[in-house]
Amino acid sequence: MGDPTGRREAQRRRQNKPGPSEKYELRADGPTSMGSLAYREDLEEEKNSEFTWEVQANNQAYNSQFKEKVFLCWQRKKYKKNVIHTAKYNVFSFLPLNLYEQFRRFSNLYFLLIILLQSIPEISTLPSFTLLVPLICLLTIRAIRDLVDDIGRHKSDKIVNNRPCQILTGKSFLWRKWKNIRVGDLVCLHKDSIVPADLVLLASTEPSSLCYVETADIDGIKEGFPEEVCVQPQEIAHAKALRPGMPILEHPGGGWKVVCEEPNSRMHHFVGCLEWKGKKYPLDIGNILLRGCKVRNTDTCYGLVIYAGFDTKIMKNCGKIHLKRTKIDHLMNRLVILIFVSMVVVSMALAFGFWHKVKEFKAHHYYVSAMHPHSVAVEAFFIFWGYLILLSVLVPMAMFVMAEFIYLGNSVYINWDQHMYYEPQDLPAKARSTSLNDLLGQVEYIFSDKTGTLTQNIMTFKKCCINGVVYAESFPRPRGDPRQGLACASPPPPQENPFLWNKFADGKLLFCNTQLLQAVRANQDWRVREFWRVLAICHTVMVQEMNSECPPNPGDQLVYQAASPDEEALVTAARNFGYVFLARTQDSITLMELGEECVYQVLAMMDFNSIRKRMSVLVRKPEGSIYLYTKGADTVIYERLKKKGETEWATEEALASFATETLRTLCLACKEVEEDVYKEWRQRHQEASILLQNRAQALHELYEEMEQSLQLLGATAIEDRLQDGVLETIKCLKQGNIKVWVLTGDKQETAVNVGFACELLSENMIILEEKEIVRILEVYWENNNLQGGKKKELPLQFKMALVINGEFLDQLLLSLRKEPRALVQNVNVDPLESWQEPGEERVDFLQARRLSLMWRTLGIQLRSSGLIPQHKDSKTLRIAEKQRERAFVELASRCQAVICCRVTPKQKALIVTLVKKYQNVVTLAIGDGANDVNMIKTADIGVGVAGQEGMQAVQNSDYVLAQFCFLRRLLLVHGRWSYMRVCKFLRCFLYKTLASMMVQIWFSFYNGFTAQPLYEGWFLALFNLLYSTLLVLYIGLFEQDVSAERSLELPELYIAGQKDELFNYWVVLQAFAHGTATSLVNFFMTLWISQDSAGPVSLSDYQSFAVVVALSSLLSITVEIILITKYWTILFLLAIFLSLCFYVVMTSLTQSLWLFKHFPKNFPFLYADLNVLSQPHIMLVILLNVSLNTLPVLAFRVIYQALKKPQRKEEVEKVISEEITVEPVPCIRRESRARRSSYAFSHREGYADLITQGTILRRSAGVNSDMLVDHTVPPDEPSGSMKESLWYPRKMSFLGRKRHSHHGKVSSEDMQPPSEVSSSLTMDGQAVCPSSPPSQQSLAIWIFTGEVAIFS
Amino acid sequence: MTWSATARGAHQPDNTAFTQQRLPAWHPLLSASIALPLFFCAGLAFIGLGLGLYYSSNGIKELAYDYTGDSGTGNCSVCATAGQGRAPPPPCSCAWYFSLPELFQGPVYLYYELTNFYQNYRRYGVSRDDSQLSGLPSSLRHPVNECAPYQYSAAGLPIAPCGAIANSLFNDSFSLWHQRQPNGPYVEVPLDRTGIAWWTDYHVKFRNPPLVNGSLALAFQGTAPPPNWHRPVYELSPDPNNTGFINQDFVVWMRTAALPTFRKLYARIRQGNYSAGLPRGAYRVNITYNYPVRAFSGHKRLIFSSISWMGGKNPFLGIAYLLVGSLCILVGFVMLAVYIRYQDQNDDEDDDE
Repeated sequence: MGDPTGRREAQRRRQNKPGPSEKYELRADGPTSMGSLAYREDLEEEKNSEFTWEVQANNQAYNSQFKEKVFLCWQRKKYKKNVIHTAKYNVFSFLPLNLYEQFRRFSNLYFLLIILLQSIPEISTLPSFTLLVPLICLLTIRAIRDLVDDIGRHKSDKIVNNRPCQILTGKSFLWRKWKNIRVGDLVCLHKDSIVPADLVLLASTEPSSLCYVETADIDGIKEGFPEEVCVQPQEIAHAKALRPGMPILEHPGGGWKVVCEEPNSRMHHFVGCLEWKGKKYPLDIGNILLRGCKVRNTDTCYGLVIYAGFDTKIMKNCGKIHLKRTKIDHLMNRLVILIFVSMVVVSMALAFGFWHKVKEFKAHHYYVSAMHPHSVAVEAFFIFWGYLILLSVLVPMAMFVMAEFIYLGNSVYINWDQHMYYEPQDLPAKARSTSLNDLLGQVEYIFSDKTGTLTQNIMTFKKCCINGVVYAESFPRPRGDPRQGLACASPPPPQENPFLWNKFADGKLLFCNTQLLQAVRANQDWRVREFWRVLAICHTVMVQEMNSECPPNPGDQLVYQAASPDEEALVTAARNFGYVFLARTQDSITLMELGEECVYQVLAMMDFNSIRKRMSVLVRKPEGSIYLYTKGADTVIYERLKKKGETEWATEEALASFATETLRTLCLACKEVEEDVYKEWRQRHQEASILLQNRAQALHELYEEMEQSLQLLGATAIEDRLQDGVLETIKCLKQGNIKVWVLTGDKQETAVNVGFACELLSENMIILEEKEIVRILEVYWENNNLQGGKKKELPLQFKMALVINGEFLDQLLLSLRKEPRALVQNVNVDPLESWQEPGEERVDFLQARRLSLMWRTLGIQLRSSGLIPQHKDSKTLRIAEKQRERAFVELASRCQAVICCRVTPKQKALIVTLVKKYQNVVTLAIGDGANDVNMIKTADIGVGVAGQEGMQAVQNSDYVLAQFCFLRRLLLVHGRWSYMRVCKFLRCFLYKTLASMMVQIWFSFYNGFTAQPLYEGWFLALFNLLYSTLLVLYIGLFEQDVSAERSLELPELYIAGQKDELFNYWVVLQAFAHGTATSLVNFFMTLWISQDSAGPVSLSDYQSFAVVVALSSLLSITVEIILITKYWTILFLLAIFLSLCFYVVMTSLTQSLWLFKHFPKNFPFLYADLNVLSQPHIMLVILLNVSLNTLPVLAFRVIYQALKKPQRKEEVEKVISEEITVEPVPCIRRESRARRSSYAFSHREGYADLITQGTILRRSAGVNSDMLVDHTVPPDEPSGSMKESLWYPRKMSFLGRKRHSHHGKVSSEDMQPPSEVSSSLTMDGQAVCPSSPPSQQSLAIWIFTGEVAIFS
Repeated sequence: MTWSATARGAHQPDNTAFTQQRLPAWHPLLSASIALPLFFCAGLAFIGLGLGLYYSSNGIKELAYDYTGDSGTGNCSVCATAGQGRAPPPPCSCAWYFSLPELFQGPVYLYYELTNFYQNYRRYGVSRDDSQLSGLPSSLRHPVNECAPYQYSAAGLPIAPCGAIANSLFNDSFSLWHQRQPNGPYVEVPLDRTGIAWWTDYHVKFRNPPLVNGSLALAFQGTAPPPNWHRPVYELSPDPNNTGFINQDFVVWMRTAALPTFRKLYARIRQGNYSAGLPRGAYRVNITYNYPVRAFSGHKRLIFSSISWMGGKNPFLGIAYLLVGSLCILVGFVMLAVYIRYQDQNDDEDDDE
């Protein structure tokens, strides 16, 4: 609790310090291409590579000898303590520091300067309190807020610094506090304790000295910071694997010495070496436990502190929350500058007027001539400054402070909103950033993650097809709350759970089909048997038995932990139908088949990968026969079938129907393998698996050989369940002209599937494929080049959708920089793909027709060469690159839907940046996982879905929602309201400032340009502070133009925000004109009336005049604000009443005798209001002023509204008719078949290896169990399964490395001879695109597939 | 912040009208049905008001005379030329003759008007010491710096009252003589010189310093009069209630004008036979011409005016009201036209809603 908040504070604190940490920051204005990003990282790599950081374990004398120079000859210890102070202030530093901080804001500084200027009597035009009082008030308000914040930080610091931990002191570990930890200490950590500093892991109680840590608490500083598990160097683990902890106690200090790099912010990176007993062991990030992680499932571990306190990686990384600012904020700042500049200009003009006038004054007006001791120029110069002070009231000082409060208020509303409260998780929405509310009302692009954001990441076994017979749910549940009860607690007679016969049945499974159940229990059909066996055997799921004392249901004893929820769903389905997967060892799988326990010997596991699209397990059945069980994508399986009969056709039909329901399908097959065939195969398999070169290729070929002439068993259909309300939300957002792009790390097939499921894609859309995209873009570039940069629109009328692959995106945008021809080269010719899928090569007539039709519409002269600019110099390249990016963004933005799959977190951010850069729109990114962090931070608004994938997205987001569907309310209601409120507030504020203060300028023409203030000083001081504040504040906090319900019903209202309709320069101009008009009326009407009038109390004297104008202004403004407020509540009346009360009370106070007696100079308007307002005709003057200001505007508005209404209606009609004309365009259907074979495991390759190697099997019964104490997760933890999903074994890094090599190989094969390039280029529209685009593995996929992998 | 579920619903937001932004509210719509009556009513009311104002303003009589003394504008030109270029100008007097054919309805007020005189000049306006004027003895001796260069006299004595405003006190004086019968004797009309300042100014804001030994003169001992003054402040009037800082002419002058053209009340005529107004007959105003205005091409005028409930003569206010009122009616008709023209659509629209 304490630490993350503390860290956040530290982030805020450091946000202004540029440091090495900025390298991952993706700035909108910075270079956007991937290349430059990578470059920056490389550069970073160069630095800090010296090993100057030496730590000796338990040797304080040694460690404290290192000093670092701080200032001149003052030195301090180089190694920081583990104390953390994130609080900004202490008792003494609060005042000076806070003032310093506040005066760093331009507006405060400006007013301070003005106040200082005021103290010069020559130019002091306003009484000093006029600006001083508001400034002090505003500073105080701010300071109080900061103080409250800081007190909170102090508290959290204290909590963090006083956390207990065990430090080796002497011969034993004693409980100390975190703040006592010093570099070089040996620390003992237990299960569930938080790592207090960056440690080198020395030993743990786990086998192989692993230590499992949960990094959910580390706010994902960087993309895809993988869940950390530290592996200890094998040698050392071996050296003291006798008994945990013992070696450390035996060697206090142990002579361990770590030499490593200086503290840096790279979370992923660490280089160092450990010296022990004269031997050196290399250390990398895998050996480091980072501060803030939580030790999980590891009983005890020991570490050596190398970085403490602010040197830790997490603290070093805190420096980069970038300050997001809203469009309006920018406009506001520009506006203030504009006002300031125009103020200077006006001051100069008026001073110039004085220049002329002062000669006359000096020469003729004898009563003042003695007051001009200086020359004309000097006097005019003084007057210029005088006017600068006088007109400084035109700069809206209070605006920023009030805007801050309004932002705060609107954020609080978001937190308060019941409609965005998710009861199952007890999660209200939360606005973490309080300065982006208005931007929520202007969003045009939403970039959404798929898994966990659009989908629940819950896979439900929906249907299956066995032997050509489709089994769906027998009792279709009413669509609704899936949480309610058991699946088959059916609507008709409340019958008992059909799975009762099976004590392992998982009550949570929702699928059941009585017919199928009967078939299974009858145990007649071998195909049915084998079908479930495939599901129960062919997977990589791990099982964990829960040792709860009295399980309510024996089924709860088994907890499956799968790399992908798909697998879990399949295995659970099998379990419910009586084929219970009980346990697995390195080479065996134990099943409970209809109550009978059987052990299958696993002979080989042929793992899934994205090219194979299938997974097979070769097992020896208990009775001795060898079987190959395979599951995989239907296209893949169908190619390898022995025969294609009626069943196969029926299954294919079933598959098609599944696909149209956007279910994820999978085919199951099996075959019996002859013993001798297996033996021969095994021989070769063993040979292949020890190959040093091309091992993967060889294995692939072997697998391929084995997986032939299969027998089809059936198919399964799994629903990737969308989150509640996703459909409606997306529809609603689309109506509000918001484009939703899906960026996912998932497979293309899965992504498209979900695209269809949430109706982003529809059947009548053309899904552009890579080749088509390239072609369109080329045409675009060519046109642009020929026309000399003149933009030509992409001539597209179809409803299009863009489904794009991360790698392709890379090629598209990067190829220019590195290899000009790479783009064309890689589009179609993928050696792996063609090697793998020869069946795809056949000509697809439908597609060909579609393409040619499209080319005709595009009017393209197909060309075979000259498509890519050949210039190589960097400038042209950059221009070309920019054009490329622009073209891509333009194309994408014209598509109805864009889905980017298999994109890395960095690419996600890149896409967001590109759109931001070239479309100049407000972007919102929503995601729930660590892989979305980059995108969330890059987008204008980042929304974190507080889901199951940890807290990293949430920690980096600006808004936290529990469900995707709340986005609708967040944008359409809160966003729109906030935007409208802020706009109205700003407009009112500008208006009121101008309307009240412009009279100063007009008055100058009547007082000889002598900078005489018109208003009383106190009126000026309190006007912005009290008299007119409440009303604009009310508008900013409470105004509603339409109710929340109506906002949701009419998403079209949202468009106003996207177009900046409510606040732009035109609106500013209107406010300016209106304000000027009001001030003119107030001043000149009063002037003309006073010129004629004379009486015992006329308004011809200065004070009366000032009072009349001031009151007229105040009332005009009040009435105007009353009129534009559309939401009158009791609070509004209160605000009006209070404002007027403030005026009455404060005026009578400042004009009271008592104050005059004591400070006659500061309160000169003694009883002015009282005298003036007791005259009836003066009231009439004020009435005239106010009505003259109000009535014309009112009339204008009424007439304008009356005229606009019919117009708007016409527009709507026009839009509708336009839409109709769009419809008849021939919509070309894409085969739904393309979507069908799309079952893609969302998990990653490599688990089979882990299983077969036994690395992660230590918890299986009988294996290594003596090493364990008790590692079962307490079953009483309600969110246990969710929490567990947060930690992954460290073996990931091994996977990553492996993949790396593989990737390298693929890319080397990508390099085709140029002849092939040209051949692919010359292919015209008839060219064949494989219906499933190449899906190679990408290095980074494993980080962000966005799925939960569960291992423990 | 932990999101872990604690007690169920622990984080559930309150369901109140305020937190859910569902406060009962009235959504005022600017529909024609509200705006039309409003405009017509306002128009009628304003026209009524305007008519009232206009007629009462018309009922006010005003009689003005420019006595600046531009050549050929009467006998004050002698004084004007005499005073030219000499400071202080020599005492001079001139007269203004006029006759009233009928009763000048009372109460009659006498004003003087100055033009092109910048009392609202910033440094002029602040060149005063309010605490001195409120009778603070310490301020009497130590005037504030704003008074400079009229803070201390050449001899180093503090000036009381200090500052440029006081120094430039208007010092013309007038007396009014009435000739009841042609060729009859002129009778002096009593001018009430009191009650011409704001009550609060005279009673609160301006105070004489505490008397020393019962004498105002002693209280002002050790101070110098402003350089342009011929007599010390305590001799402004023989009336002890109208001398010193509370001399009403002085108080009136010290209330600076907002604009370079201004009128200041000089006297009221309300005593004796003249309480009902100035009866018909010939009149003469004797003017003591002291105040030089020609240097800055200003003008001095003398004005007799009756007043009504709305102060002095002011046709502008009435006209303005009439204008605004008729504009309201006009706009009302325009709105009506627009409303009728688009009524059908609006009705449809309303049905939709």
